[in-house]
Amino acid sequence: MATFSTNEFKSGMKLMIDGSPCSIIENEFVKPGKGQAFNRVKLRNLKTGRVIEKTYKSGESVEAADVMDTEMQYLYTDGDAWYFMDPNTYEQIGADATAVGDNIKWLKEQDMCEVTLWNGVPIAITPPNFVILEVTETDPGLRGDTSGGGGKPATCNTGAVVRVPLFIEEGELIKVDTRTGEYVGREKK
Amino acid sequence: MTDWQPTASIEMLKKRARLLSRLRAFFADRDVFEVQTPVLSHAGNTDPALESFIIQEHEDAQHRVEPLFLNTSPEFAMKRLLAAGSGSIYQIGPVFRRDECGVKHNPEFTMLEWYRLDFDHHALMGEVNALLRYVAEDELKLERSLFYSYRDAMREFAAIDPFTADIADLEKLAKDAGLEVVGMDNASKDDWLHLVMSHLVEKNLPEDSPVFIYDFPASQAALARIRPDNPPVAERFELYLNGMELANGFHELIDATEQQQRFLNEQQLRKQNGQTGIPADTNLLAALKAGLPECAGVAIGVDRLLMVLSGATHINEVVAFPFDRA
Repeated sequence: MATFSTNEFKSGMKLMIDGSPCSIIENEFVKPGKGQAFNRVKLRNLKTGRVIEKTYKSGESVEAADVMDTEMQYLYTDGDAWYFMDPNTYEQIGADATAVGDNIKWLKEQDMCEVTLWNGVPIAITPPNFVILEVTETDPGLRGDTSGGGGKPATCNTGAVVRVPLFIEEGELIKVDTRTGEYVGREKK
Repeated sequence: MTDWQPTASIEMLKKRARLLSRLRAFFADRDVFEVQTPVLSHAGNTDPALESFIIQEHEDAQHRVEPLFLNTSPEFAMKRLLAAGSGSIYQIGPVFRRDECGVKHNPEFTMLEWYRLDFDHHALMGEVNALLRYVAEDELKLERSLFYSYRDAMREFAAIDPFTADIADLEKLAKDAGLEVVGMDNASKDDWLHLVMSHLVEKNLPEDSPVFIYDFPASQAALARIRPDNPPVAERFELYLNGMELANGFHELIDATEQQQRFLNEQQLRKQNGQTGIPADTNLLAALKAGLPECAGVAIGVDRLLMVLSGATHINEVVAFPFDRA
């Protein structure tokens, strides 16, 4: 079983903490000039997204988590699982609803996503930073209004509801930033 | 791609040069003279809190491989000069501490260390305060300096009495403060006190006020003399400014027998901890036997001082080439 010592800690490192795979966000080395050194570590639980803080006595070892981030293409869902394909091996893998989480609303067939695998099983999905979605439902717009002020909700083909400018109409394509959920611009068909 | 470029700006390096010349001017005004002692030494530092860089390739005249140590501090060699009658001296130079890497740590850093004859730790705190205000100039507007005994600082900023509290009390204090601590099952009371000091007290100290903390628990004496109060305290001080531990000073232990005993205790502790064995510095012990004058000494991290003065948040901003680019 691979382990990391606290003096190997760095951000991005994947560790097993209390039975869950976590990723180091921040590692602060704290050492009194004449005394015991500590590592204050901020970690993200990769399954829940929750951020925790721990203080390790320096020199401690922590079990490594077998976690890999892989670029995969989203294919389809059968309602129970969301299927992704490795573009190099064509191998397909199903992620459950917990792994997909809120990102379900950004999943568009053919898009490349980052799939986080823990012991080979998907535990989290990161959609592309920008996705292009089709507006399937929105109130009729006001022609000529290009100010973008105010705005209105629009439902997209993936189920996502995005605040869009008043001039956007049903059937149009829009670009959305998945990190903020905000409308970025209109796309040509 | 190689990281050949400095991490500090040229402007910062000029600030560094200015700081170094101000430090030298401060001591020139006070008739404390600058010395240079070896960076590479046959003797190491037995302090269990420090790990030395050890060079194993050196062969002596009989072709035996003997270890050499990059110094973790110039204190032993400077005390030999004091015993030889140097009078008050200072040194600015590189020191090396393995495994110390982080926002406020670089394994190689610059230390200012000085010794004053006939000063005790209170007199030296006064001089450190004067030096700090001298180099701060217009760079940093300092508030009033605060002086707390270790006991009072712990009471004031962590609401605990370090002398009467036991490990269970300290553990509870850390837990109540929301700290999740790992690996402290076999920790000593001093380990817990270090945790409380670095995680709770330091963070609660007032901003822009130099804070001096003095009279440490006797168990944390290092090279300071112990005053037989009840409880006994080590005549040692530290200076904190804006969350940074800047200086550590001692009313120096001058008793050779006690120094030898402390080396032995440290070596024993290193053995218990499974750390590399380090031979005691016999030259220092010989110098103490010959007679070290009454004095107080202090070390200041120059890189950290520059960080505080310039508002830098990472040590890489103030050193030209940090360890990973060295």
